[in-house]
Amino acid sequence: MSINLEIPRKFRPLVRQTRQVAENVFRPVSRKYDREEHAYPKELDMLAALIKGMDEGGGTGGAGAGAGSKNGSTNGEVPGTTKNGANLASALSIMELCWGDVGLLLSMPGQGLGNSAIAAVANEIQLESYGGRWAAMAITEPEAGSDSAAIRATAVLDGDEYVLNGEKIYVTSGERADLVVVWATLDRQQGRAAIKSFVVERSNPGMKLIRLEHKLGIRASDTAAFSLEDCRVPKDALLGDPEIKPKGGFAGVMQTFDNTRPLVAAMAIGVARAALEHTRDALKEAGVEIDSDAPAYVQTAAAAELLDMEADFESARLLTMQACWMADNSKPNSLQASMAKAKAGRMGTDVCLRCIALCGAAGIGEGELLEKWARDAKILDIFEGTQQIQLLIIARQLLKKTSAELK
Amino acid sequence: MAVTMNVADRTLGLSLRALNLFAGSELVERAGLRKPAARLVERATRDGIKAAGTASRTFTAATRLGRPARLRATSSSGLFDLTPDDDQQMLRDTFKEFGAGELRPRAQAADAACEAPAELIDQAAELGLTMLGVPEDLGGAVSERSAMTTVLVAEALANGDAGLATAILAPAGVAAALALWGDADQQSTYLPPFVGDDVPGAALALMETRALFNPFSLQTIARPKDGGYVLSGAKALVPGAAKAELFLVGAQLEGKGPALFIVESSAAGVFTEPEPAMGLRAAATATLTLAEVELPGMALVGGGDPAVYAECVHRARLAWCAVAVGTAQAVLDHVIPYVNERKAFGEPISHRQAVAFAVSDIAIELQGMRLALWRAASLADREKPFAKEAAVARHLCATKGAVIGSQGVQLLGGHGYVKEYPVERWFRDLRATGVMEGALLV
Repeated sequence: MSINLEIPRKFRPLVRQTRQVAENVFRPVSRKYDREEHAYPKELDMLAALIKGMDEGGGTGGAGAGAGSKNGSTNGEVPGTTKNGANLASALSIMELCWGDVGLLLSMPGQGLGNSAIAAVANEIQLESYGGRWAAMAITEPEAGSDSAAIRATAVLDGDEYVLNGEKIYVTSGERADLVVVWATLDRQQGRAAIKSFVVERSNPGMKLIRLEHKLGIRASDTAAFSLEDCRVPKDALLGDPEIKPKGGFAGVMQTFDNTRPLVAAMAIGVARAALEHTRDALKEAGVEIDSDAPAYVQTAAAAELLDMEADFESARLLTMQACWMADNSKPNSLQASMAKAKAGRMGTDVCLRCIALCGAAGIGEGELLEKWARDAKILDIFEGTQQIQLLIIARQLLKKTSAELK
Repeated sequence: MAVTMNVADRTLGLSLRALNLFAGSELVERAGLRKPAARLVERATRDGIKAAGTASRTFTAATRLGRPARLRATSSSGLFDLTPDDDQQMLRDTFKEFGAGELRPRAQAADAACEAPAELIDQAAELGLTMLGVPEDLGGAVSERSAMTTVLVAEALANGDAGLATAILAPAGVAAALALWGDADQQSTYLPPFVGDDVPGAALALMETRALFNPFSLQTIARPKDGGYVLSGAKALVPGAAKAELFLVGAQLEGKGPALFIVESSAAGVFTEPEPAMGLRAAATATLTLAEVELPGMALVGGGDPAVYAECVHRARLAWCAVAVGTAQAVLDHVIPYVNERKAFGEPISHRQAVAFAVSDIAIELQGMRLALWRAASLADREKPFAKEAAVARHLCATKGAVIGSQGVQLLGGHGYVKEYPVERWFRDLRATGVMEGALLV
């Protein structure tokens, strides 16, 4: 046992495989689906089948955004020693796949955020009926974004069914998924404790697609808006405890984010590395020499800029690995998950924009992918909790403040 | 005599306290003491406390080694892991307590006096700091590479005070360098005192005073002469140089590149002059001038291999990163209670996002610095290339560290600016740690 921050030996094959996918499946169609927004990337169907096969073969720990799980797989390791499990494996493979294309990763069939929620809180019967199906997540509403406790969609029990009403926006893969995990309140008077999540079949006639968004980036990924109009779901579509308990219920729901935030951080790391590698090559072609040994200030401004970005990148990458490692070892990681997300989120956009500046016309031109990566990266500092929300979570934990004290 | 008694009493007191720290650890209960902690306890309880005098000694080899002793590379399970091993955790706890109990209370006075109290240097030596990088075969405390362990110790000490930590870590750096690259002659001549009762003052001198200094491009020159070397030049900001007995000096070896030389302070042409700086003042930084200093052939370390010199630069950078991380942690630990207690407009200032987010940013960047440092140090211990990782850690610690120092003062406002609080010192120290090259080593 010793301190080690390298990619675990046992995950190196996974990293190599996912890198292959990123290079040979994602990159060739990256620009295509950026231009053809809302077109279904059919190349992904075959890939999803392949990855499912890999998962069933064991050892890969999943390859998509939905793979985060409450506990790391033990994978034959000795109890009492450190574990490297599904959280870290997912993050590492996401880093590779997002080096390929963030939008396409988000479009991976069967790897939705709803799958994470189901994996984290579903009971056995629910796992059986929803397992293996593609589940999107519907939290945000026109009047409730970061403030997810303020959601207005309602769920009313009527006999053996809940009746859902309200409006949901920014549902990633909302059009393509089989299921949508919808957040709604059982009683708006009771605040966050009454917020529950419900699994809704995408084919449910009460859930109507209003529109697909036109976006700055991740255009390969469909982002849907729904209205719920007397949308009836069976009683056992509710995930978790149906009782409204004053304490713990909402925290449980929010815990899903401790696992998913590092995965979004991993997306930012993947896209940032794409930009950095591209820019390093471009600078080399331009005759810029980069020496990591010599102080940055004795090198060209371009070299110094790149070294600065690479250091920031590494900071974000290691923070992300830390958060995943903690999750795999069942250590509470809410603080570290938010630190990873905050750092990687801002680093991703910052790095891409600065790389564009270094590459000039080739940086903003559509002949290269750099400008696309910058557009893609921006969402990663927004969804799964904005930069500002992460800073709030971190500060509240460090300063031991409630949300009423530190607003 | 009275002074000696006083020093002896204090040191013995400290030894007992150190022993208590070790004994109080549940790890001792669980696993029994293992090395290197066991070796350090042995050291802490050894009889005979030396006088404080640091008159120049003659370095001679009592017994000659047939071949140099080297530390084994550490092994890894291949898993990502941020858990220090039991020994590391114990040492970290011990030196954290030493930093808080012995360094912090003396920090302000030492900063003002530009000197570390002599008894503190002795106390640190008693705790066996200089043994942490030296193989057991040579009387040291370790059998495996220990950059990571030293990083944890340096973080813990700097958490108490960066300047004093620098003062007491400097000799350990020289000992570690001799263990890493010294040949049999050099090890038998120079290492025994570092694991003995009277640890010599010593420091690694790489820096030079000029803008855009690059440690790979030195103006201190080593000229071969009669099977030996003649050194000329000046080294900047050498900790404790006035009282040091031994230096490892970086100099451009004609026709070969930068290299390390062992220089005894008693050699003719060696001068020191106080060079107080913005930060790390307790380390009594000084200019080391080398005026045509004639050295024997055995003074050249590592055969003048540029790779040895490069690794020395990298390891020094890791040591400064550790000091920066420990200091930045002190800032974070200080501002959290401050912003919670300080009230403005009727409520704690921590209720304002502008203040709270600044605290969040300190925590984020600090942890990023630490992880980058740990990555490089753990690679070094496994004898893997770590130059790039060390550069990353250095860049983060230099840039983010300085920002953290500044933000610490900012969060305290006027209180941060006055010497009543330690934060202004951290501001100065965190700027200095990002500039320093050499001087320390892990």
